[in-house]
Amino acid sequence: MTPELTILLAIGVPLLGSAAILLTGKFPNIRETATLVTAVTLFLAVVSLVPVLLAGGRPSVTPLEILPGLDITFTVEPLGMLFGLIASGLWIVNSLYSIGYMRGNKEQNQTRFYFFFAIALSSAVGVAFAGNMLTLFIFYEILTLSTYPLVTHSGKPEALKSGRTYLGILLSTSIGLQLLAIIWTWQATGTLDFQSGGILENKVTSGVMAILLFIYMYGIGKAALMPIHRWLPAAMVAPTPVSALLHAVAVVKAGVFTVLKVVIYIFGIDTLNGSGASFALASVAAFTLLAASIVAFRKDNLKARLAYSTISQLSYIVLAAALATGASIIGGSMHIAMHAFGKITLFFCAGAIYTAHHLTKVSELDGIGRKMPITMAAFLIGSLSIIGLPPMGGAWSKWHIMLGAAEADQLIFVFVFMASSILSAAYLFPILARAFFKPLPNMKSSSANVNFSGGIQEAPVFSLVAICIAATGTFLMFFYAGNLAEMLAPLASSVTKP
Amino acid sequence: MISAHLPVLQVILPLLSAPLCLLFRRTYPSWLVALIMSWASFAIAAILLGQVLTGEPISYLLGDWAAPWGIEYKVDVLAAFVLLLVSGIGAIIMLFAPGSIAAEIPEDRVYLFYTMYLLTFSGLLGMVITGDVFNLFVFLEISSLSTYVMISLGKSRRAMTAAFRYLVLGTVGATFYVIGVGFLYQMTGTLNMADVADKLPAVTETRTILVALGFLTVGIGLKLGLFPVHLWLPNAYTYAPSVVTAFLAATATKVAVYALLRIYFTVFDVEAIEAYPLDEALLLLGLAAIVSMSAVAIFQTDVKRLLAYSSVAQLGYMIIGISFLTITGLAAGVLHVFNHGLMKAALFMVIACVFLRIKSVKIEDMAGLGKSMPLTMAAFVLAGFSLIGIPLTVGFVSKWYLITASIEQSNWIVAALILFSSLLAVVYFWKVVEIAYFRPRNDGAAPISEAPALMLVPLWILVGANIFFGIHTDLTITSAMAAAQSLMEVGP
Repeated sequence: MTPELTILLAIGVPLLGSAAILLTGKFPNIRETATLVTAVTLFLAVVSLVPVLLAGGRPSVTPLEILPGLDITFTVEPLGMLFGLIASGLWIVNSLYSIGYMRGNKEQNQTRFYFFFAIALSSAVGVAFAGNMLTLFIFYEILTLSTYPLVTHSGKPEALKSGRTYLGILLSTSIGLQLLAIIWTWQATGTLDFQSGGILENKVTSGVMAILLFIYMYGIGKAALMPIHRWLPAAMVAPTPVSALLHAVAVVKAGVFTVLKVVIYIFGIDTLNGSGASFALASVAAFTLLAASIVAFRKDNLKARLAYSTISQLSYIVLAAALATGASIIGGSMHIAMHAFGKITLFFCAGAIYTAHHLTKVSELDGIGRKMPITMAAFLIGSLSIIGLPPMGGAWSKWHIMLGAAEADQLIFVFVFMASSILSAAYLFPILARAFFKPLPNMKSSSANVNFSGGIQEAPVFSLVAICIAATGTFLMFFYAGNLAEMLAPLASSVTKP
Repeated sequence: MISAHLPVLQVILPLLSAPLCLLFRRTYPSWLVALIMSWASFAIAAILLGQVLTGEPISYLLGDWAAPWGIEYKVDVLAAFVLLLVSGIGAIIMLFAPGSIAAEIPEDRVYLFYTMYLLTFSGLLGMVITGDVFNLFVFLEISSLSTYVMISLGKSRRAMTAAFRYLVLGTVGATFYVIGVGFLYQMTGTLNMADVADKLPAVTETRTILVALGFLTVGIGLKLGLFPVHLWLPNAYTYAPSVVTAFLAATATKVAVYALLRIYFTVFDVEAIEAYPLDEALLLLGLAAIVSMSAVAIFQTDVKRLLAYSSVAQLGYMIIGISFLTITGLAAGVLHVFNHGLMKAALFMVIACVFLRIKSVKIEDMAGLGKSMPLTMAAFVLAGFSLIGIPLTVGFVSKWYLITASIEQSNWIVAALILFSSLLAVVYFWKVVEIAYFRPRNDGAAPISEAPALMLVPLWILVGANIFFGIHTDLTITSAMAAAQSLMEVGP
């Protein structure tokens, strides 16, 4: 099979899968098999493109021209490959987890759930392989719309309210700002193709470039820069597998991925450095980074705490993009992968605690480590990675980003990163301390639906397997970071060393 | 040769077949006549568009009387494009109509509906195809008078007052138009559009011509639903039978936009419009329409009325496109004429299906329809995406061109307002979606089933068209661009 066909296959497989899920909805076991088979096929399709990429190939395919001069084009390049691998690979793990979670909690409308999940994954892969800004925008929008029914899955009033926030912020930023920026770019340059070195150089004045940069960055609502971050905590009302894969990996990473794409291929790293617009962006990102960590510290709801942690971690990547040096771009891209593994592990754990014991608050987790040792061990691994401590994957990406800050002579941001690491330790370690060191609450004070008698009570086995895979992945990423850096190297090669 | 007479057949087939329905006086034969005539017109329009896209504009002399004296039918790309829209919508609506009509119009009057439909249909086609300003008035009256009857066929007694109000305002509009035509005739001595255009530059500075242009603009504006003279529209759309609303929303106002384009750019020219300065006035009215009418739509409790206000807002987009007086702007306006026709027809057809089942168009009563009428509501969601301008739908294509046109002029405020009003569209559209999908049906409400296949098929054909023309934009963009270019070139 030619690489071009494989790309189309990667977009098409989840769509076919979603149809299969609809058709087999009456038979849950077959339906879940359909999800798993689709996920594995998708992952294999994406993986099969890796050798082509490493050999220096950039396979590209244009199935449609939707406006004169504007195509739907898919091109495989290192950054997109990274995102595609992460999204499709973790979908397999997440599907295992979903089966345990959705059945364990006896959720309604499971067919609808798996159906939209598959559509969301198809659009995430579409974002990853988009060859121009229009294609990226189209799949970005489909991703927003297809995840809405997942956020409002329960159909309860608070879910609908959150759904409104979710859709409201994501659609208004993308239609109101991002689309404007895209059409402006098209008007100024006559192209929307992703080209290394960017397309804006010498086409617009530096003032316009600064304005465009901000319209783009705030138009990409999925990157959750403050003050347009509210949709992400709102999305936590969704079932945990959605929070885990979509709101820690696919959707939010689609946001920062778009940020990186825009910075690298639309603006061009050198051009952006020359314009001076990036310092303001870096400051906004640094503010979001610190503020979100502080908010996370104050959240008692476990998923809300993780959501704010995500907002903070996403800003690492935006800040890395704004620093626009070789090392920071590599680090930012790597962080897409590292944070994905770490955060999905943490969300899996949060969901497992809910499924097994119906606990959602940090303050209720006293002694839970004794009931769920495997889950909480995984939580430890995930936390270490988020904080950026070795031997977890998160250490490498932070290292590269900080190196980038030093390279750019922006020492202040080095301090921001260090402060943020301390803050993330401050909001994650207390959870572990409660879980492992505090005694279990006595029977009387605990809520009625929690059964603390008996020994170890873990989540259903499907979920537990998924947690173990994710945690192992987080650990292994520490050793494979070199391979990642190698794959991503072309991104930085165009940057002139300062 | 029959093919040489296609332009006149386009109008005369439905016109002459209307009395047939009256003779039959029965539902089924009248429907068959209307159906066959609509599809025949559609076929003719498709052939005409094919001819003008590849060759020269077609000029057809009625009764072989030479042009300035006799009536000339003129088919250029713009005309053929609008003919295709009107006849295509008519063809689809006729497939769709029987099921819905049976529920909304008393059996003994259904043949009247088909008679009036055919008259409206031929009137609208005639307005588009004619090259004569007075003949345009004649067709305008044919279509308007029959439209009033169609609206008054609605079951609710308010349909009568809605039709009467439309009759008063519509007649004022038509009268204004004919006064304008009178002034033009007084100054140039001719009624043929091309001929008027030739003679106009000599007298263009006079006050009479200025007054004529004013009368023409207001007259057409009234028929078009131009903000702020749109007041007849929400009631007419709300109380007319659903099928009538679907047909009118997709065609009647669009043909009025076409008439405006003809008067402004074929009879007058860009310089004249700029000199007066009608372009700025139109831009302001268009902007006021898209923002205020979208905002008003948000507060409606009746989904038909909501969509009616949305129509006034969407007409604002077309007016904005036209007001730029650039090729991209005009192309955006023409594109949106076509695209909005597709989406609004689909949306109103959904409402017809909903009314058929729950006998109500209150948003509140639509609770739970996502479950009980999944195909109908899925069509509503997709057509609504088109209305908002989500990529891969026609709405996105028109919005893209409209914003490109405003950025071309460095008109940032306009670009921002267009995007802002799209967000208002999200709000009023999502209001309906949320209730239909997430609020369960009232306990004790009678169980309802999906709409019949005979209605779903035409509905989904239109939804498919919304997506098809959002992806394969060759036909629409080529036509709109060619139309815009020819309109701009007319001036000296």
